Amino acid sequence: MTTRSDVRPASATEVLPSSLPPRRHVLDLDDYSIEEIELVMQTTDAMGEVLRRSIRKVPTLQGKTVVTLFYEPSTRTRVSFEQAGKVLSADVINLSIASSSVEKGESLLNTARTLEATQADVIIIRHGASGAPNFLARCIEGSVINAGDGAHAHPTQALLDLYTLRQRLGSIEGAKVAIVGDVLHSRVARSNLWGLAAAGAQVVLCGPPTLLPMDWLRDQHLQGRLASISVTTSINDALDGADAVMTLRLQKERQQDGLIPSLREYARSYQINADRLKLAKTGAPVMHPGPMNEGVEISSEVAHGAASVIEAQVANGVAVRMAVLYLLATGRGEE
Amino acid sequence: MVGTRPLFIKGGRIVDPSQGLDLVGDLLLQEGRVAYVGAPLDTAPDAEVLDASGLIVSPGFIDLHCHLREPGFEHKETIATGTLAAARGGFTTVCCMPNTEPAIDSAVVVDFIQRKAAAEGVVRVLVIGAVTRGRLGKELADLGELADAGVIAVSDDGSPVANAALMKSALLYMKPYGLPVIDHCEDPVLSRGGVMNEGAVSSRLGLRGVPAAAEENMVARNIQLAELTGGWVHLAHLSTAGSVAMVRAAKERGLPITAEVMPHHLTLTDAWALGRQGEGDVNDPLTATAYDTTTKVNPPLRSSTDIDALVEGLRDGVIDIVATDHAPHAAVDKEVTYDEAAFGISNIETALGSLLSLVHAGRIDLQTLVQRMTAAPATLLGRAGQGLGSLKTGSVGDVVIFNAEAPWEVDPAAFVSRGKNSPLRGVTLKGRVFATVFNGSVAYQEGA
Repeated sequence: MTTRSDVRPASATEVLPSSLPPRRHVLDLDDYSIEEIELVMQTTDAMGEVLRRSIRKVPTLQGKTVVTLFYEPSTRTRVSFEQAGKVLSADVINLSIASSSVEKGESLLNTARTLEATQADVIIIRHGASGAPNFLARCIEGSVINAGDGAHAHPTQALLDLYTLRQRLGSIEGAKVAIVGDVLHSRVARSNLWGLAAAGAQVVLCGPPTLLPMDWLRDQHLQGRLASISVTTSINDALDGADAVMTLRLQKERQQDGLIPSLREYARSYQINADRLKLAKTGAPVMHPGPMNEGVEISSEVAHGAASVIEAQVANGVAVRMAVLYLLATGRGEE
Repeated sequence: MVGTRPLFIKGGRIVDPSQGLDLVGDLLLQEGRVAYVGAPLDTAPDAEVLDASGLIVSPGFIDLHCHLREPGFEHKETIATGTLAAARGGFTTVCCMPNTEPAIDSAVVVDFIQRKAAAEGVVRVLVIGAVTRGRLGKELADLGELADAGVIAVSDDGSPVANAALMKSALLYMKPYGLPVIDHCEDPVLSRGGVMNEGAVSSRLGLRGVPAAAEENMVARNIQLAELTGGWVHLAHLSTAGSVAMVRAAKERGLPITAEVMPHHLTLTDAWALGRQGEGDVNDPLTATAYDTTTKVNPPLRSSTDIDALVEGLRDGVIDIVATDHAPHAAVDKEVTYDEAAFGISNIETALGSLLSLVHAGRIDLQTLVQRMTAAPATLLGRAGQGLGSLKTGSVGDVVIFNAEAPWEVDPAAFVSRGKNSPLRGVTLKGRVFATVFNGSVAYQEGA
């Protein structure tokens, strides 16, 4: 049994500027500065070290209650949050919608009040409606972590993407990152926009015109924090010289909207396959937030090939979520 | 309810666009009617006196579009609470939409509302019947029966009459009655699943948008059908610049089209959904206040370009009237996610303050605004001749007395409406009602 209770690396303290405001919720990355992202990255390093020990348990969050409240099915996000909480010794309660009062028609508000009454310190929510975590945050006293809401945000996914990119590229600053696919419906893309832009990446968003939120992503809005973002419908332009490629899941359930002619047509025009990948820099990592539609947005060859870092993304998920939980529950590294 | 004692409204600035009147003077109401209006009287009659010095006196406001929710949704509003809220807002006539349960698609329901309003209403309630049975858009309601029961228009408000052939029939059928078909202009395929204006804000929030074209498609269709049938279409709650342009062109061609606009579409943009009451940039961080469901309304809040066109249209008379679309909801209808929240704003108590902000900003003059809320809707109702919306001698004794300058902070909890769903919570409005007089009697007085 380990006797080390302080998992914080020395460097995390060093990068912590006194000006960082206290954080109560993790709703998106739109309010993360580069300093705070760097703090998460370095804390993730330390958490990764904990995960490599023979006994993966530290008492940091002992006595804290963490609730996962998932209104949408999820495998990797939910499991990694649960594992993150348990490694940190938090009491983790998984509220399964199928066995809860929600199935009986209980509103999110009343569910939140019930959880509040059990003195949950952190509620991790996944919901199909954009803004559900914001709503929860205005209803309760505790902290809220957004584990994915509608087409809005998925901040911990973006943090683990940043972490994975940092592992592969060293520095993200100045790197060209192509995000390809259904940007319109993608919470992963939205959160990555903020994170990658803060980290100084040159982000190129690419997809068919019907799957790009063009009314937002136009020049008048791509200023300030988003000045390094550009948009194209040309897959060749997007991949040309890219340092990394992020593939988005095509949301097949939205097929009925007639936004694309067919999966075949989509794959023909936008699939990340070995041929197209030649346009990117040699060895450029290929990412996917999962779950994949192999043969649609990504070919099996690429998904399981040398360039794929998809498994690393999943593996990093636990350490990143430990870092997020830790920083939130302990008041950003202060003890 | 005819006042037993004459009411003497003294020393106010009388603004009555029906007779081009704007002067400081006195107004005397007797037996529920206007007995005198004009220059200050030398001798005060033996009457109850309301000192209106420094205040504006105008005909009571007429709201051609509101939701009283009764029967069927009494947890949201009732005829009693809705008309009380109307009186607080300065309205003396309100026209209630038929999206009740059951829908107002038969004489029985019209009669129920008329009786209820006579017994419990604080101001005049006029009834709008449904175009289609059950508002289901499948077959026409018994329109003749509704007209004979006294409805002032028919509408499936909340939904459009999506079937163009049915709309055509309704327009033809209503012609002999001289009543308009009020259409909620929305292409239901183009708007499907949408919860706010389609634009940068909806994309930023990850919410599904309703494009301006969803409204404009249906406005265009209705203009075509008005031309085809010669029937009168009244376009409900216009929200886009494109709609204003089409109505302008249709009116220039002399087509039987009238239109209305709501206070929120004249003053608020879709940026209010970001939870900062319109402040800041679309890319500023979203906090717990984002996705403010009190901003969810149908048609949705649009852009500042749309606001400019709507204000211009109202000023020019392309848009005939201001109505409220007062849409009260219970807390449980709004304290949910944005996708799940009900559409609608409870605004009949804030309408005047919101609209006066346009006057204070110099975007419309007071006389024009008052005309769009009094004489113009009275004319649409065909009741100008019966003395509605006017302070001419002999007119109905419906009066509002308001202070156009007084600042007050909106506190929805203090609304008398059951609907506390206002995006203006905490906002300071300039202009509030001092007293509302209905049929010669005080229906509401500030602090009383």
